[in-house]
Amino acid sequence: MNHKTAFRQGMTDGIPIALGYMAVSFTFGIMAKNAGLTAFQAVLLSLTNLTSAGQFAGLGIITASASYMEMAFTQLVINLRYCLMSCALSQKLEQGTPFFHRFFIAYGNTDEIFGVCSCKEGKLDPFYNYGVISVASPGWAFGTFLGVLSGSILPGRVLSALGVALYGMFIAVIVPPSKTNRIIAGVVLISMGASLIFTWLPLLNQISSGFRIILLTLLIAGGAAALFPVNPDETAASAEAKD
Amino acid sequence: MSHNIYIYIFVMAGVTYLIRLLPLTLIRKEIKNTFIRSFLYYVPYVTLSVMTFPAILSATQNFWSALAGFVIAIIVAWKGGSLIKVSAAACIAVFLVELIL
Repeated sequence: MNHKTAFRQGMTDGIPIALGYMAVSFTFGIMAKNAGLTAFQAVLLSLTNLTSAGQFAGLGIITASASYMEMAFTQLVINLRYCLMSCALSQKLEQGTPFFHRFFIAYGNTDEIFGVCSCKEGKLDPFYNYGVISVASPGWAFGTFLGVLSGSILPGRVLSALGVALYGMFIAVIVPPSKTNRIIAGVVLISMGASLIFTWLPLLNQISSGFRIILLTLLIAGGAAALFPVNPDETAASAEAKD
Repeated sequence: MSHNIYIYIFVMAGVTYLIRLLPLTLIRKEIKNTFIRSFLYYVPYVTLSVMTFPAILSATQNFWSALAGFVIAIIVAWKGGSLIKVSAAACIAVFLVELIL
């Protein structure tokens, strides 16, 4: 697959992400406006951060006029999951991938973009990644802009429907490999079950969603790795076969 | 009110970017350790599953439309639908159910 095809494929896969992003960032825009941000500031924030939970929390801190240190710490805690994702993504890149590619890929390593990139078979072509970012990131910024501009452009029904766009995309990523690989199917089911327990059970539901992701990832992916180690040739072989 | 909004934005973006950047630039070699390799191989499946469920059930205006979106997404994905197809099918399912309810 050459870079051009990869880029185009990325753009196609970026469309559901962009739509889902618009639904979320639209709400963010409304809240940013309420927090006293101008349209320019809100869009700048969205473009430079490209993360949902972190941005919403950040607004709260801006409103409270808390210290910069507090802002930095909150972002660190909420966004720490990206560290795990970047570690996983680092293994999807060819060893010799130059630094500038790594700098750009890092910018776009959101939950969703990570999702579509990391579960692709074989090594990751940075241009696929850029294709996704080129559609998803403007979607995130544009939704923010619309939200600030007017809270009533998109009717509630449409917003509600778009609310599942990102989840639908996640499902499209995890279901097909679950069909052919029993271990992945088990990992998916256990993860969902554990997530449900962490959402419902008192005490456990006090854990923030960011930490829930980190904790369950360490436990379940760690457990799966110990019980069902992946044959080194398996991932490498699929990479060769794909080219 | 002594805080500058642009410094806030800069701090937020800086911290978030560094978290994403450091592993990608520090880990440039292929990891040989089988356990870590396997762990990282399973990471996306766990994170995506945890993020999807049960959060999807409260992502719309009511539980039933969300459940419809969830089930339809699984069916379309099972049949091998592309990202955009699965996502669109889920959205349409939600929209239709909310029209009826």
